[in-house]
Amino acid sequence: MEEFSALLQGFAVVLSPMNIGLMFVGIILGVLIGVLPGLGGANGVAILLPLTFSMSPTSAIVMLSCIYWGALFGGAITSILFNIPGEPWSVATTFDGYPMAQQGKAGQALTAAFTSSFVGALVAVLMITFLAPLVAKFALKFGAPEFFSVYLLTFCSFVGMGKGSPFKILASMGIGFALAAVGMDTVTGQLRLTFGQTELMRGFDFLIAVIGLFGIGEILLSMEEGLQFSGKSARINAKVVWETWKELPKYWVTSLRSSLVGIWMGITPGGATPASFMSYGLAKKFSRNGPKFGTGETEGVVAPETAAHAAGTSALLPMLALGIPGSPTAAVLLGGLLIWGLQPGPLLFVEQKDFVWGLIASMYLGNLVGLIVVLTTVPLFASILRIPFSIIAPVIVVICAIGAYTVHNAMLDIWFMLGFGVIGYVFKKLDYPLAPLVLALVLGDKAEDSFRQAMLVSQGDLGIMWANPLVGSITTLALVMLVWPLIAKALGALRQPKVPAQRPAN
Amino acid sequence: MSDPSESGTESPTLARNCTVDVVVAAIVFLLGAVVVVEARRLGAGWTSDGPGAGYFPFYIGLVICISALGIMVQARLPKSRDDGPFVDREQMGRVLQVLVPAAIYALAVWGLGLYIASALYIALFMIVLGKYPVVKSVVLAVGVNVVFFLMFEVWFKVPLYKGALDPLHFLGY
Repeated sequence: MEEFSALLQGFAVVLSPMNIGLMFVGIILGVLIGVLPGLGGANGVAILLPLTFSMSPTSAIVMLSCIYWGALFGGAITSILFNIPGEPWSVATTFDGYPMAQQGKAGQALTAAFTSSFVGALVAVLMITFLAPLVAKFALKFGAPEFFSVYLLTFCSFVGMGKGSPFKILASMGIGFALAAVGMDTVTGQLRLTFGQTELMRGFDFLIAVIGLFGIGEILLSMEEGLQFSGKSARINAKVVWETWKELPKYWVTSLRSSLVGIWMGITPGGATPASFMSYGLAKKFSRNGPKFGTGETEGVVAPETAAHAAGTSALLPMLALGIPGSPTAAVLLGGLLIWGLQPGPLLFVEQKDFVWGLIASMYLGNLVGLIVVLTTVPLFASILRIPFSIIAPVIVVICAIGAYTVHNAMLDIWFMLGFGVIGYVFKKLDYPLAPLVLALVLGDKAEDSFRQAMLVSQGDLGIMWANPLVGSITTLALVMLVWPLIAKALGALRQPKVPAQRPAN
Repeated sequence: MSDPSESGTESPTLARNCTVDVVVAAIVFLLGAVVVVEARRLGAGWTSDGPGAGYFPFYIGLVICISALGIMVQARLPKSRDDGPFVDREQMGRVLQVLVPAAIYALAVWGLGLYIASALYIALFMIVLGKYPVVKSVVLAVGVNVVFFLMFEVWFKVPLYKGALDPLHFLGY
């Protein structure tokens, strides 16, 4: 029970009035970000990151991770009341959440959503508490080839688990790596891909990319649709909450299944969005109420919300234990670690005990605080959505510009942000995934370093990727993931003849 | 993907998905080609002390080029071809309504600094595009920026860009 005492110590670190205050501030800012169109977990945290430069790392991570929890909670509000997913991972919540709101059961739907978010997060945090130290201890023995194989697995999983064209996933990832290479080469000191422009020497900061791709891109998309918000009103009182809570234990199987789906998709970089869809699909298939899904079933809200929150939380495990983030938001938090002067990776658990366990303790407390805050303040946040878009849009552009500027105090970054915004808009419309681009931009240098080191050791022999069982199996798994779309197609072709007979025409 | 209610009656489609797909893929291919050429120049081979500076980018460039070609093929093949509308004139207009002012705003930030430019931007956006009364727009725009000012300069002590002309110099921050 070494972890348990470490966790208690973590609680002791976090439970200062200052940190509790920051937790509330973080959650409220986070819900706000989750509710507003154009601001989401990743770019919200990126914009607010500069505010924490002067804080201690522990306070900073407490506030930033709470913004993340808040954004996860906030996405559900817009989905249920307005049928507009504030975040991509809450799209599946609209399927049953909005019909419930239309039937006047908005209170139940919101309570169910928030509570299952909390449950999903709790299961994931429990998993992190006990698994992360083990993974970190294990990873201490990793050398450069092992790290590169894990990077390889991360990126190949995008191809294997992503929907849509594998070529687009690869292209998006390649662009990320190419942008990461711009600037000074860390090994030889040569300038790469700068084309003589001194401004490019700094390279592209992924925070700017995140703010532009997700923030400005999202604003352009919402503008194109000419959004008119028309929402249901929500009243939550203690009675509704209590009655919904009495109903929820009935769905424990769904909750458990969704948590596990979420945890799996969060650790591997599948992410919260596919996790929520997958879990909704599974619940629909296995539940007794399955056929009624889509007409306003509480269970149809429970499944995606649990999975999304579990995935969002467990994306922090690889970030903490290996220094490899599982989602764009985790990547931004990782960027924060570097700025605060901490070296992410397995050594974090040895050298920065207070920080790591403080963060884990704040995950427990932050989600509890989040649940309380959202249950009590829903009407307030719902009213924000009634502010017309022609006020919201310029304010969000301004917030993004400030966020982009503060990263390096560079004017040019505001232009880059607008450029990334246009790229984000076009890529979203054409179904290019953005997460691989961001992760490649963050991890590009490190992946390249570990690759070069591995190649140095082996004098250019790729055989080092299979030099021992551990690195060999990770590499092989990664390659299987890479060609998975082809395998899936082949399997599908084999099964093809049976399918029409089993499935009635729908 | 031919929904008669969507095309024709409302506003003309400016571009189809498959066309834009090919154009974007071509740009991506160019980018990949630039990376490959530049990586070759830097030294994509093996130097005396290990892989050269261009070693890794070279392969990244190759991956980009190959996937761009793949996207082009997929966009042309009848099976995966997507003839849906990418954007129609009205949508494009709305997008430019945000994008063009945002670009002008970025120029204004350079000269006037973040606070003044932001206040002007929000106020003008509300008056011109949102058709709000002038007084309401100005009050809101100034209010938002006062909040930002207090939050960044005073509370979190993060100085923001005051512009080449520095019109807020008199405040002493």
